Amino acid sequence: MDLRNKGILITGGSRGLGAALATELGARGARLLLVARGENELRGTAAAVAARGGTAFALAADVADKDAVFQIAGTAAELLGEVDVVVHAAGALGPVPLRLLADTACEDLQRALEVNAVGQFRLTKALVGPMLLRGRGLIVHVTSDASVAAYPLWGAYGASKAAADHLQRIWAAELEGTGVRFLSIDPGEMDTAMHAAAMPEADRSRLLQPADVARTIAAMLGDARLPNGMRIEAAAWRAER
Amino acid sequence: MIAAAEPRADARTTRLLVVDPRTAAMADRRIGDLRHLLRPGDLLIVNDAATLPASLHGTTAGGAPIEVRLAGERADGTFTAVLFGAGDWRVRTEDRPLPPPVAAGERIAFAGIDAAVTAVDARSPRLLTLAFETHGPRLWRALYAAGRPVQYSYTRRPLALWDVQTPFAARPWAVEPPSAGLPLTWELLLGLRRRGVEIACVTHAAGLSSTGDAALDARLPLPERYEVPAAAVAAVAAARVRGCAVLAAGTTVVRALESAARRGGGRLVAARGITAQRLRGGDQVLVVDGLLTGMHEVGTSHFDLMEAFAPRELLLRASAFAAELGYQGHEFGDAMLVLAARTATPR
Repeated sequence: MDLRNKGILITGGSRGLGAALATELGARGARLLLVARGENELRGTAAAVAARGGTAFALAADVADKDAVFQIAGTAAELLGEVDVVVHAAGALGPVPLRLLADTACEDLQRALEVNAVGQFRLTKALVGPMLLRGRGLIVHVTSDASVAAYPLWGAYGASKAAADHLQRIWAAELEGTGVRFLSIDPGEMDTAMHAAAMPEADRSRLLQPADVARTIAAMLGDARLPNGMRIEAAAWRAER
Repeated sequence: MIAAAEPRADARTTRLLVVDPRTAAMADRRIGDLRHLLRPGDLLIVNDAATLPASLHGTTAGGAPIEVRLAGERADGTFTAVLFGAGDWRVRTEDRPLPPPVAAGERIAFAGIDAAVTAVDARSPRLLTLAFETHGPRLWRALYAAGRPVQYSYTRRPLALWDVQTPFAARPWAVEPPSAGLPLTWELLLGLRRRGVEIACVTHAAGLSSTGDAALDARLPLPERYEVPAAAVAAVAAARVRGCAVLAAGTTVVRALESAARRGGGRLVAARGITAQRLRGGDQVLVVDGLLTGMHEVGTSHFDLMEAFAPRELLLRASAFAAELGYQGHEFGDAMLVLAARTATPR
């Protein structure tokens, strides 16, 4: 896929991988709507995209808020014209330090599911219709190895990411052949604020840089051979190139 | 006919009255029967406009509480709007207290956003042009935060935006739902496609259906923004070559297509702009062969438009028949399919 002039919506676009993807996709000529809760940080990311010659609008909204869904979808349609790609990069880790499921508040599990699975589902539902009419579109979920492996302390996050992975697979199965595709991409362990909050003791020199991962993911968006509904690690895709 | 008071839990329960003007036959079906009523090669055109939360409560410069219902965005980014007095949708629009007069230049304060009145209609002082103080993402954020869906006193509970979006809603141009799209589930649309029915879209800014002011209501629909994309023009041309029917899902789709065809001098062309096109009995319909629409009351512009597809006498009989069968009206109500010339042959 040639990303020039493609309309791309990125949730969690203010920091971490979302912000790095904004910079990368903006530089490749895509037109972006960035969504995150913190308006100041978000505007900073949008300004950084613009400084590199890209186009990015910033919309402060909470992807877990059911009432915000059509605000996000409507603003995207109005400002981007057509939304060609959605990148769900927003993620809620939950309270830190991380804790055992036996010590996790029910509300914290609910919040993780609300942001990482239900909120993502709602936004996909609101954006997929126009894609189906046109017969093309790509919806990407940024997942984590915590959605597959049962890491102690990562219960709320991991379970919500696993739910989102499976939603992507079922979307793909139901909409196979329509031209709308779904992918879950595991970016690997990155040097982000979320990682630092979860694992403050980690050796940061061993972590991937979000900008490097963003380059790989930007290239993956253009790989039409990736099977619809696939869950794939960015590093594995890159190693096969 | 009784009004449907709330959104349907399952769109598939929508009843469908099929009316064939050539034989005057009527049949009581379900929306899902479109699978058998449309033929492979037929083209169904939907309106992909999303619905704005177009009801905004605010106060005038003099401190009077008012409600503004946006009627649509104009080419210059200002909005046409209708002013209502105190109160909300729970009171019938015709029973609402009159708003205080407002003058051009006056400001209206809404939650989190202000607007300036830039013009007041000479004939209807409740019809305004509003300029919001911001634009772009900030305007959309403020409108979605301050606004609620426009709704009427026959509805039972406050509506959420989720209740008024069609399954293919994209650009937020409409101020009331393009309701013919509400019963169209993706299960049905993908099923139609699998049977060879083509689906295309136009965008038409469905406007307000009632203001409570008889003089203003007589002017509805107000001029509305529309876009017929090149893809829709190509889809219509291909359907013609196949000898298949073009069906509009909603009166707004008819208005958009017929406006674009008139702009093309009788030939459908890609077009965008503002249209004041009205259709009524006796008018020539240039593009659309059949109409999927809601149950409309005589005297509304929707009913007038249907008369371009079927004689008034038949439509009145159809309405009476539907009412007898328990069909429900308004945006969450049941549906009607008016077939026409090209949608020939028994089904």
